[in-house]
Amino acid sequence: MYATLILVQTLNGLQLGIILFLIAAGLTLVFGVMDFINLAHGVQYMLGAYFAYEFTTLTGSFTLGLLMALPAALLAGLVLEAFIFRHLYDRDHLEQVLATFGVILFLNQGVKVVWGASPLFVPVPDWLQGSIEILPGFFYPIYRLAIIAAGLGVAALLYFLVNHTRAGMLVRAGASNATMVAALGVDIRFLFMIVFGFGAMLAGFAGAMVAPILSVEPGMGDNLLILAFVVIVIGGIGSIRGAFIAALLIGLVDTLGRGFSTDLLRLVMDPSAASQTGRAIAPMLTYILMALVLVFRPSGLFPVKK
Amino acid sequence: MRGSVAVRALPYLLFVFFAITPALAQFGAEGYILSLVMRVMIFAIAAMSLDLILGYGAMVSFGHAAFLGIGAYGVGILMSHAVTNVLAQLVAAVAASALFALVTGALCLRTKGVYFIMITLAFGQMAFFFFVSLGVYGGDDGLTLRATPTLFGTPVFENTRVLYYVIFAAMLGVYLLLRAIVASRFGRVLRGARENPVRMQAIGFDPYRFQLAAYVIAGAICGVGGFLLAHQTEFVSPAFMTWQRSGELIVMVVLGGMGSLHGAILGAAAFIILEEVLARITEDWKLIFGPFLVLVALFARGGLVGFLRRLGGRR
Repeated sequence: MYATLILVQTLNGLQLGIILFLIAAGLTLVFGVMDFINLAHGVQYMLGAYFAYEFTTLTGSFTLGLLMALPAALLAGLVLEAFIFRHLYDRDHLEQVLATFGVILFLNQGVKVVWGASPLFVPVPDWLQGSIEILPGFFYPIYRLAIIAAGLGVAALLYFLVNHTRAGMLVRAGASNATMVAALGVDIRFLFMIVFGFGAMLAGFAGAMVAPILSVEPGMGDNLLILAFVVIVIGGIGSIRGAFIAALLIGLVDTLGRGFSTDLLRLVMDPSAASQTGRAIAPMLTYILMALVLVFRPSGLFPVKK
Repeated sequence: MRGSVAVRALPYLLFVFFAITPALAQFGAEGYILSLVMRVMIFAIAAMSLDLILGYGAMVSFGHAAFLGIGAYGVGILMSHAVTNVLAQLVAAVAASALFALVTGALCLRTKGVYFIMITLAFGQMAFFFFVSLGVYGGDDGLTLRATPTLFGTPVFENTRVLYYVIFAAMLGVYLLLRAIVASRFGRVLRGARENPVRMQAIGFDPYRFQLAAYVIAGAICGVGGFLLAHQTEFVSPAFMTWQRSGELIVMVVLGGMGSLHGAILGAAAFIILEEVLARITEDWKLIFGPFLVLVALFARGGLVGFLRRLGGRR
């Protein structure tokens, strides 16, 4: 019984990790390549969820809704890039923080005005409904498995794009020295735009994928944004591989920590003290992990060489 | 020329405004105005303390609200044990936040740049979740201060105007103290370490020690802000120390213009008053406030102070 619980929580942790990776991948590239702190990355995830809701209700099919949400998220990212972010690339980090904080305020309130403040729900598509028996007597929802599979697919695609295509080579070069790439005659503005749009689309994809299992509501991206920053810092800024490993690590630590820290503490403490401490420790675990990593490896686990 | 005089007079204008507000407020909704302006001054203290490390030391703390919360809990916890002496509370608030700054700062300063931002966030979040789980002192719901604060047995802060001028004096004191610190040799080393830590090391200064000292000073001052905040709202809660609060403090400093101290005051005032005014006009005030911040970032380099300076024609 307990083993099944651990298995379920591990899969849930993987699923959170995959979602975190989809958000963190764009964030780490935008940060690594353009040296741009984009706090608005979380609202791009939120927009993806709202687009998925809108197009799913419009077409009556989640698959179509998801397919339409992707270009919409891309477009939203490109519009933000063209009108605001592009003008801030060579500015101080803190001015970027100010501007993107303003974008968060605007878009969180904007979706409230357009779609209302109450949470919206997207039905799980028919063909992904129900649970599947992974092990004898152990069932897990198909849709959550689909999220894990889709995320792993995107990770593989990203790996291929970044490591085996010309555009990916430029992105990697940009992450270690953007000025040099520009000096070698590459249209760096265009490259930045592509990276930014792609990152926005990945975040939007994550938002659209979680729409059927979480409620779609204003501000849903805020806490995930912070976790995504934790991920890219642990992984080392600019490193996709680091983001992937750190995302899974954070997903597992957070989920398993919330599930089991009280039980583990009970082995060494009396029950009431264990439940009190467990409640305190569980949400702190990811931050404790990050602090530990940074104290011993001040540039994350996989620093991109500068 | 007249413009540049106005720019140089800005700190004085700000303090005159805060000094005469109670006299003007009696013609309007006095209680409301005073409590709003008290909040502005308390956050100005917190923002100025952040400006010391952020503006002069390039240490962007994303966990600064933790000190505000720790200072406030210093008051709340003592009050709930019937220690109503405000001096004892002040000492506790400052000591606790300074100690937290010393321990976390010693670890945080091993990192630089955005890694520093994130590790300060981590410690801020740890402090937040610690107080959330502190069931004895209200946990999530916080703590209402029911006892009357006293000074050697006599009740204080009962009169709103007294509290107002205590907060005003604290803000003025913090401003003058930080001005003195920034102008001192210590402040020059701090700025030098911001510009070029390697060179500072080469001429015989250890930037780490100076930065840690500045971090502790900033934490202690922010703890004073927390002490005042607890007395002004008569309430203490983990909500004082969320990461959103820390983000707002950064936004206040950048909005006002970092590295100028009075910019932090201006930023806190602009942030809180604009928020209040816009929220009265429309429920969707963030639709206006958000783009305002974007416009400031795009077109007003150096924040509001930088903007005013350019209006005055000085580079």
